Amino acid sequence: MMLDGTEDEEKFLAAGIAGLQQNSFYMHRALDSNNLRDALKYSAQMLSELRTSKLSPHKYYELYMRAFDQLRKLEMFFEEETRRGCSIIDLYELVQHAGNILPRLYLLCTVGSVYIKSKEAPAKDVLKDLVEMCRGIQNPVRGLFLRSYLSQVSKDKLPDIGSEYEGDADTVSDAVEFVLQNFTEMNKLWVRMQHQVGKNLHVLSQIEGVDLDMYKDVVLPRVLEQVVNCKDELAQFYLMDCIIQVFPDEYHLQTLDVLLGAYPQLQPSVDIKTVLSQLMERLSNYAASSAEVLPEFLQVEAFSKLSNAIGKVIEAQPDMATAGVVTLYSSLLTFTLHVHPDRLDYADQVLGACVKNLSGKGKIEDKKATKQIVALLSAPLEKYNDIMTALKLSNYPRVMEFLDIPTNKVMATVIIQSIMKNATRISTSDKVEALFELIKGLIKDSDATPNDELDEDDFKEEQNSVARLIQMLYNEDPEEMFKIIETVRKHILTGGPKRLPFTVPPLMFSSLKLVRQLQGQGQEENPFGDDSATSPKKIFQLLNQTIETLSGVLAPELALQLCLQCAEAANDCELEPVAYEFFTQAYILYEEEISDSRAQVTAIHLIIGTLQRMHVFGVENRDTLTHKATGYSAKLLKKPDQCRAVYACSHLFWVDDHDNMKDGERVLLCLKRALRIANAAQQMANAARGNTGSVMLFIEILNKYLYFFEKGNPQVTVAAIQGLIELIMNEMQSDTATSDPSADAFLATTMRYIQFQKQKGGTVGEKYEPIKV
Amino acid sequence: MVLVLALGDMHIPHRAPDIPAKFKSMLVPGKIQHIICTGNLCIKEVHDYLKTLCPDLHITRGEYDEDSRYPETKTLTIGQFKLGLCHGHQVIPWGDLDSLAMLQRQLDVDILVTGHTHQFTAYKHEGGVVINPGSATGAYSSITYDVNPSFVLMDIDALRVVVYVYELIDGEVKVDKIDFKKTSTSVPAL
Repeated sequence: MMLDGTEDEEKFLAAGIAGLQQNSFYMHRALDSNNLRDALKYSAQMLSELRTSKLSPHKYYELYMRAFDQLRKLEMFFEEETRRGCSIIDLYELVQHAGNILPRLYLLCTVGSVYIKSKEAPAKDVLKDLVEMCRGIQNPVRGLFLRSYLSQVSKDKLPDIGSEYEGDADTVSDAVEFVLQNFTEMNKLWVRMQHQVGKNLHVLSQIEGVDLDMYKDVVLPRVLEQVVNCKDELAQFYLMDCIIQVFPDEYHLQTLDVLLGAYPQLQPSVDIKTVLSQLMERLSNYAASSAEVLPEFLQVEAFSKLSNAIGKVIEAQPDMATAGVVTLYSSLLTFTLHVHPDRLDYADQVLGACVKNLSGKGKIEDKKATKQIVALLSAPLEKYNDIMTALKLSNYPRVMEFLDIPTNKVMATVIIQSIMKNATRISTSDKVEALFELIKGLIKDSDATPNDELDEDDFKEEQNSVARLIQMLYNEDPEEMFKIIETVRKHILTGGPKRLPFTVPPLMFSSLKLVRQLQGQGQEENPFGDDSATSPKKIFQLLNQTIETLSGVLAPELALQLCLQCAEAANDCELEPVAYEFFTQAYILYEEEISDSRAQVTAIHLIIGTLQRMHVFGVENRDTLTHKATGYSAKLLKKPDQCRAVYACSHLFWVDDHDNMKDGERVLLCLKRALRIANAAQQMANAARGNTGSVMLFIEILNKYLYFFEKGNPQVTVAAIQGLIELIMNEMQSDTATSDPSADAFLATTMRYIQFQKQKGGTVGEKYEPIKV
Repeated sequence: MVLVLALGDMHIPHRAPDIPAKFKSMLVPGKIQHIICTGNLCIKEVHDYLKTLCPDLHITRGEYDEDSRYPETKTLTIGQFKLGLCHGHQVIPWGDLDSLAMLQRQLDVDILVTGHTHQFTAYKHEGGVVINPGSATGAYSSITYDVNPSFVLMDIDALRVVVYVYELIDGEVKVDKIDFKKTSTSVPAL
């Protein structure tokens, strides 16, 4: 134990030195009279003093140095002996008779040194032997010093390039091997020794008598003195860490000045930032553990003390790696967030100091540093769970400026995830502006880096997260919401063709929701009204311009779908010209840019479905659009598709709720046209394959006949239905018919339906009565 | 007792950020035997999420779906019932029961599940049952105003199916149920 034992240690050291001196006196006498045996005996006894366990490394060292000096003289004697004819191998063997292992090994090393010089054996072999044998001493202190001795005496005898000991058998790699092995073993012992020293501190902390006052007045100053005086960087680092870990946090808080004051006195090569970071981490956790301790922090002015300490450390180490600097600020920020969660100005201060330090370095590209910056920026997000609070820190965006593009994207994703997780609503255009500035890595290509080689799936994920973000931007007030929409639009339009298909749809639907909201508020198109107020018309204008950006951009199907959505919304607002304009755009897209057959079929169905629901068009406009739609339908590539699209068009002439939109004749015309196409399809099949295809289309058309029959279309007569049923039966029974189980099933269910309707009785039953199945 | 989850029209991320948290906490993997999805997910992440709930996943194509390989219609048999699935934008007029009944006859199924209108409906008629599970996220629809998030859980047991509809109204999940019975296995009229 360091405290009580110091006095005893002095005594032991003195005793050790005395013993050593006495034995060396006798050893010298033996050397002078060439008495090898006695020399060995007394040297072994002298070396026995080094077997002690009672000394600290510090004191042991003093003993060791004296032994070292004596061993030098012994070595010279051995050399002379060999010159006089004594066999070195015999000598090597002789010293191994020493009783205890430690003296034996010191003697062996000494002889070994002479052995190598004699070149009677390869240096490599002797060194290997010695290094292995030293394993016999596992005690940290004794082992370390023994190996230190071995290094010393072997230093000039390593078979290095150009050295006289280099022979065929000995090479540089052997030398390296030897040193490495010795080093490895020394390291192990060193670590073990550190644990022992650290254990001392631990025991100290367990002593009940060590209260805060004793710690402050006695323990800490003494321990720090030792740490500073030992002047060994590894030890200092380890010991400072021990102090922090082993003593309670309240003690650290109350002695912050003293503790921080010691740091500048440590060796310059000590990893101060890690020590400081660990201290701050401990204190952060302490603060987080209970709210009651927080006033203590304020009382000792922990924040300013730590801030200053960090400042000084960074100043004193101008070569500190960026990653290290950021780690320090990151720890300080975490500390601040825990201890002073309401002091945004403190947090901002920390970020500001970091910015100041990073300025002038341009974009940070070092991976470790960027990782730390992300950690730094994530801390406020996690603490406040609200990006808006984080954005109040004026230096937050400034720190983000230092990130290179890939890391900016990483951070942007972190921010978006935080928003999604906390369902944060971003509610003003200013906040949206600030947010989109922050995440600009995701929004657009940067000018600095050329086309990002981003994996397609990753890119999609990125853009989809931006799309999700757009859903979170909302304000109930239509004026503000419109501003938000305009702001978002401004930003996403800088995204380029690759991004627009992802970002435009969510913006569009947010806008349509706003239109609906305005509808609900009963905003009429007031011709004398304030033109600057947000109105559906204004929004549609914006949307019109926005959708245009998609059409040139390899997303014509999407553009078409969006046009139709807008048309329907305009329909609900009674804005006929606007709706017509959107339809025109949709049709142009269809004609000019959608050439894939499957896409055409889908597009046609959407067009027909939308048009069927439009009630805002006057007769002329409706006719034009309907005519075009039926035209497109009839021109689809595959006959079955044509047939289905055309009979779908029949619904364009019959809208249930509007009596003036029920044109029975034109419905029938459509159905007959569909029938002709179905016939043509049959003939084609016959010509091309030798059998008529399935009657499925006919059955579908029959069902449509029944639909309009029930709705009361006078043009759809029983005779027509009957005729179609017979046609179907004939086709099915013909020689060239192909069997189609699904068509059979469909016919069966259709017939069943007719039966069911007949049995319903009443007007329906009467209607269906004449149909023979 | 076989549990079938029917849902669709999530429109993530075009019209909604995610499936409501209250729904997600109810939809636990391992409890459901089949999932039928009307379409318009729209992205792969939603597909993957559904897959974690139940490996037997059936999806039909909605017009906004990123994956264009989903089929236009699908039929499957669960217990004594034949089910048909279709997004519904192909059936004109949209949401019209008689036109949907025609599709039901064409597919020859007892239960037809379609979407597109984002409006929950469950109709029983001579041909069988037509169900629309609505939109699981309450996404904007040009057809329906004021959409509440909803989905359907069908409990199929021999000749009986109980349809539970879950709707998120003002932050609370409300449940309703409808019973359907098949009269016999051969005649699909319910």
